Amino acid sequence: MINIEIDGKQIQTENGATVMEAAQQAGITIPHLCYHKKLSIAGNCRMCMVQVEKAPKPLPACATPVVEGMKVFTHSEQAVKAQQGVMEFLLVNHPLDCPICDQGGECMLQDISVGYGGVHSRYHEEKRVVLGKDIGPLVAAEEMSRCINCTRCVRFGQEIAGQMELGQAFRGEHAEIMSFVSGTVNSELSGNMIDLCPVGALTSKPFRYKARSWELSRRRSISAHDSLGSGLAVHTMNNRVLRVLPIENDDINECWLSDKDRFAYEGLNSAERLTTPMIKQDGKWQEVEWQVALEYATNGLRHIANGMGAEQIGALATAYSTLEELYLLQKFMRGIGSQNVDFRLRQSDFSVDGKQQGAPWLGMPIADISKADRLLIVGSFLRKDHPLLAARIRQAVKKGAQANIIHSTDDDLLMKVANKAIVAPDALVEVLMQVSKALAVEKQGQSASGEAASIAKSLASGERVVVLLGNFAQQHPQAAQLQALAQQIAALCKGKFGFLGEAANSVGAYLAQVTPGAKGLNAASMLATPRKVYVLLNVEAELDCANPQQAIAAMQAADLVIAMSAYKNHAMEYADVLLPIAPFTETSGTFISTEGRVQSFKGAVKPQGEARPAWKVLRVLGNLLKLDGFDQDTSEAVRDEAMNGVDVAAKLNNAIDGVEVQAAPSASGLQRVSEVPIYATDAVVRRSAPLQATADAAPPRAWLHSDELKKLGLQAGESVKISQGQGSVKLLAAADDKLPKGVARIAAGHAATAALGAMFGTITVERA
Amino acid sequence: MLSQQITTLIDKELKKYPADQRQSAVMAALRFVQDEKGWIAPDDMVDIAAYIGMPQMAVYEVATFYHMYNLKPTGKYTLTVCTNLSCQLCGSDDTLAHLHKKLGIGLGEVTTDGKYGIREGECMGACVDAPMFTINNKKLCGRLTPQKIDQILADLEGGQA
Repeated sequence: MINIEIDGKQIQTENGATVMEAAQQAGITIPHLCYHKKLSIAGNCRMCMVQVEKAPKPLPACATPVVEGMKVFTHSEQAVKAQQGVMEFLLVNHPLDCPICDQGGECMLQDISVGYGGVHSRYHEEKRVVLGKDIGPLVAAEEMSRCINCTRCVRFGQEIAGQMELGQAFRGEHAEIMSFVSGTVNSELSGNMIDLCPVGALTSKPFRYKARSWELSRRRSISAHDSLGSGLAVHTMNNRVLRVLPIENDDINECWLSDKDRFAYEGLNSAERLTTPMIKQDGKWQEVEWQVALEYATNGLRHIANGMGAEQIGALATAYSTLEELYLLQKFMRGIGSQNVDFRLRQSDFSVDGKQQGAPWLGMPIADISKADRLLIVGSFLRKDHPLLAARIRQAVKKGAQANIIHSTDDDLLMKVANKAIVAPDALVEVLMQVSKALAVEKQGQSASGEAASIAKSLASGERVVVLLGNFAQQHPQAAQLQALAQQIAALCKGKFGFLGEAANSVGAYLAQVTPGAKGLNAASMLATPRKVYVLLNVEAELDCANPQQAIAAMQAADLVIAMSAYKNHAMEYADVLLPIAPFTETSGTFISTEGRVQSFKGAVKPQGEARPAWKVLRVLGNLLKLDGFDQDTSEAVRDEAMNGVDVAAKLNNAIDGVEVQAAPSASGLQRVSEVPIYATDAVVRRSAPLQATADAAPPRAWLHSDELKKLGLQAGESVKISQGQGSVKLLAAADDKLPKGVARIAAGHAATAALGAMFGTITVERA
Repeated sequence: MLSQQITTLIDKELKKYPADQRQSAVMAALRFVQDEKGWIAPDDMVDIAAYIGMPQMAVYEVATFYHMYNLKPTGKYTLTVCTNLSCQLCGSDDTLAHLHKKLGIGLGEVTTDGKYGIREGECMGACVDAPMFTINNKKLCGRLTPQKIDQILADLEGGQA
């Protein structure tokens, strides 16, 4: 620690800190534009000029390290004169079109110019003009004349997003921020550039010209679109969500948001919203009163339960629902006598049920991932499934951590990967067994060779080892074995292991007991042995289930399907009752993130039309069937009941025993590898027009290794017929030589592939 | 695609820098492409980026920063005429006028047969020989007079660059 003085205030600060950091610690504001605490120091805007005793001229606070005894003056005559001079220069080429600029009212340049700018400009010549650019559907770069070339967006791309998509081309007066040859910015974190831009050069395209910042009301919420639990500031006007910004929390999302969290809100105002209850009579949909719809549903339920037994009723939910909704759903099901309730719709291996000691979770706080020095990530489309966790791991790798990957695809993670083993899905268990064996050998001071041995070597040399199982590993047909092996590997290197949760409430759903228990049927068996009645909560059966073919068949064969949904979706074809429920912005609720953080939020806007929060709908359903314990008045009461006596920390436990690990015989034929594309994960995201216009939402293709294509006599770009089970679809073939041989990568969770079967398994590809 | 000659030259250049700082070779790589093709197309930048292992945009930043990289097709012989103070005082305008008379093109233009192009250049650091131009950024020609320019153009016609 060293002592310095800023504006007469004695400050103790760390050696190596800059004057800017020391001032911020002490609560002293120094005007700045290009400086950002999470980015490298560029020192190019010169706005943070301060006077330093014994320095002959003003120095930039962001780039000046502190030294013992330094005396800094941020408001002395010299400092202010320098700051005013810089501001005058910054405004020389700035168009000053604040009245029509989206940034107006929340613009750093505007704010600082109030303090340091002149009333009149001495510059009367023509201003520089920079043409606008089209860099994609999310970030608007139409008015690049406003740009002050601070390069925050460029540094964000290089340092946080891991890919340099924007850069500063040309030089001097001609310098401009642009993408390479008018390309689009495709990063899954691109929206953060909008927040970072201190002027109105990069603005939000979907929000453009919708409202001024001071007209908006702000509500705190929690992201429903991935398992991180990112804090959201939901900005609303006239009872509509108009934009979403991050709430800073260094332990969760830092100051970032993924594009999915930021732009999904556009789906909330989709024309497909279900706003009135509907029932199907004589094959035709009719809009009805709530009372009619609820009675129709409860009569049906009562009829089946009395006639054929309550075990003929099954309930499926997605973990994007709130804790309260999930808790009441299982309470309702158990109240009418059925244990068939599950949320693990994409899971295919349930052999872990009963052997798992608690709710699977990340295994550590999110912040601990930054401290890891060796990581093993098994079966994860990391960048797309967990964009901000990927960014966190990227930072850890930059600081020297080694990332090891075991997976069935080899997408660019935009970070240095120490070792990787890319194998077909049926070989994943085998590879993990090899790693585990090599680790044991490594412990005895010997070393083996091969990919698995390199991974083992990397892990063995670490002090804080983290083993993570991704969505692909959790959906894998041998998920239990993968989990057991991950546990073993983590134990061998005295590390931690955990799951990268799939959805906002993956942990919450376990704690709310939305699992069938010993007597009930799990999600897969409920669909494999069709039930007479299905109760769906936020489920789009053809997109959310591991085996859409089977799911649709079961839905169509059922006597009664009660769909609680925020959208008029495909359920129109198989459901009998549609109950309009509120998405997460229109209801209060709770999500328990993958690190076990319990976060409650209030509704940001009123439910649209006749839609109601699902917890209220479930409560009334319970009342109509005269079930006990459905008299909660608020969602908080439901939460308190659900969490009553639940010690979250004690319930979180990844440990399993008694799972037999055995390498599977390798399958014959092409094996399917499928991910749920980043913008196809839940109902809201699927209807967000700007997200659906991005490169990541391009229609799925059939990706094969070019040798496989050759073997099948196919060429990249031609239309091929993909068959699995009884269904087939036509897709364009594409070559990806980073895929292992013998696999076809075909996305799931997408309408174009919904006619296919399970996410894993044998698949045939032939000329269309 | 980068030609065999270019990749050989880049490989040689890469040896001058530490293995984790391969992008130091980008300026040389751009130069090799320009020497071979006369200009640098975006596709060449993509190839260089892939070969060196750096972002495409970073290559573009370098290529657009420096004036002497041609980002548009230019003549087989590019005459870069210095128009800075010393040359101007010693008659760079006359040089340009004479070139215009002989070739029919001005600054930033290329003859229709694609043989000659004229660019404006900054001080070449040899004002003692003003006025001057360079041929393809390689050969410096100073103390230009109409006669000397005619001679140089005749030599170029004869294939002696």
